[in-house]
Amino acid sequence: MSIKGKAYIAGVFEHPTREAIGYTTPQLHAECAKGALEDAGLSKDDIDGYFCAGDAPGFGAMSMADYMGLKLRHMDSTETGGSSYILHVGHAAEAIAAGKCSVALITLAGRPRTARMGMGGGGGGPGRGGPPPGAAFGEVPEAGFENIYGGSTHNTYGMCAMRHMHDYGTTSEQLAWIKVAASHHAQWNEHAMLREVVTVEDVLASPMIATPLHRMDCCVVSDGGGAVIVVSPEVARSLNRPLVKIIGAGEAPKGPRGGNDLDLTYSGAVWSGPAAFAEAGVTPKDMKYASIYDSFTITVLMQLEDLGFCKKGDGGKFVADGNLISGVGKLPFNTDGGGLCNNHPTNRGGITKVIEAVRQLRGEAHPKVQVPNCDLAIAHGTGGSLGTRHGAATVIMERE
Amino acid sequence: MSDVQEAPKTRRIPAPATNTESLPFWEAAKEGRFLIKRCGECGKAHWYPRALCPYCFSADTRWEESPGEGVIYTFSVMFRNTPVPYAIGYVNLDEGPAVLTNFVDCDLATLEIGQRVKVRFQETEGGPPVPVFAPV
Ligand SMILES: [Zn+2]
Repeated sequence: MSIKGKAYIAGVFEHPTREAIGYTTPQLHAECAKGALEDAGLSKDDIDGYFCAGDAPGFGAMSMADYMGLKLRHMDSTETGGSSYILHVGHAAEAIAAGKCSVALITLAGRPRTARMGMGGGGGGPGRGGPPPGAAFGEVPEAGFENIYGGSTHNTYGMCAMRHMHDYGTTSEQLAWIKVAASHHAQWNEHAMLREVVTVEDVLASPMIATPLHRMDCCVVSDGGGAVIVVSPEVARSLNRPLVKIIGAGEAPKGPRGGNDLDLTYSGAVWSGPAAFAEAGVTPKDMKYASIYDSFTITVLMQLEDLGFCKKGDGGKFVADGNLISGVGKLPFNTDGGGLCNNHPTNRGGITKVIEAVRQLRGEAHPKVQVPNCDLAIAHGTGGSLGTRHGAATVIMERE
Repeated sequence: MSDVQEAPKTRRIPAPATNTESLPFWEAAKEGRFLIKRCGECGKAHWYPRALCPYCFSADTRWEESPGEGVIYTFSVMFRNTPVPYAIGYVNLDEGPAVLTNFVDCDLATLEIGQRVKVRFQETEGGPPVPVFAPV
């Protein structure tokens, strides 16, 4: 069985807040859900499936379903960090294709800025956005052997960049082009945290955070959230919204798996990408727009290679000279400004990747960054840490 | 006399989480011995140590003392949110597995991928000492 053509994205919403003073996290989740429902033209009682991850408070789907008053016949709290919500789109399509639900809600929200939540390290292990609720940390198998070394997202992704530079000659200038492209897009987004257009020189002049990554190689820390609603073809056709069809999805975890033959220069996208493209029956060349998780510049570069937009090791050349800037280069990416400039709610950017792809497919992106006749788009994410263990998720969407 | 404390020269390491599966490692660490696990079935060494081999799933995994020597696979020097810069990275042990660790007792600016390093143990805050690596 395939999910191809069995489900559509009917509603999306990105919370406008970047500093959620006076909000609770459940409230943010619920406001995002409400916004996505309004966008779709659906009501809360239409929802019969719910998907959330480690940022959902309490017992995840159970607690949030109760808070929002949802009556569900399907729920899924699969946790792969920041990529969870892209993976959830695939899972929602599966559930809809199997008849387990017909209106699926996916939410992400949190307040790392105002709640001063820890970044990475700590109980959650290197590169994880804080501990998932209820997790038994004494039982996290690698904890004793890894969490003691001061691993964070910055330096575990730094390790990947360092090795990629060593193996393929990738340069800091090439990485900087990714930030430059994001900033060109963010200038048009009134909600973006960083709207100033920057240059390669600006990125290289910003303070070193974790070698070889500068401050401007890193995404923002923001509050906020987002929601996505996935529905059956019948529901989609009953709504007065553009039809955004899910045509392929893939997911895969990657980790050292015993430590032999460690290779930090590729990500789980080498598996999730081909699976999604094969299911969709399209190739990277067919993509008019790409939402690529940009926790750091190196994340984008490695994922573009692994998804097949260029040969392994050629990512540096591919991203240079504005190739990712809408209207300038061959592959417009993250036209909302991405995590690097716009928003990285609760230290997990996956859902905003789906949201901006849907805006592009609907023709609802900012006119300055809208890709003409955008009918095929990809959203891809990495959750956890590229440098230790992570989950990759890919979704391919088509405007019908 | 001043009661102003001198800034620490190295990063303090918290006590590692220990459990029944890893206890022999930490007991040996207290004696300055570095143990890894090797599978009695497929013969492969692995890291971090597990009760079941992550390659063939055999339950016949055995502790083995390692000289703790290898080369730097990659590293990153951290400057953010720390009173003193520190290096995190992976060592590819001569036995095969990669080990996440800190590189210590050296000028961090001179670290290089491919550099040979050897294990030593660093005290932690109230727990057993943990393996770190220094250039040889
Ligand atoms: Zn084995």
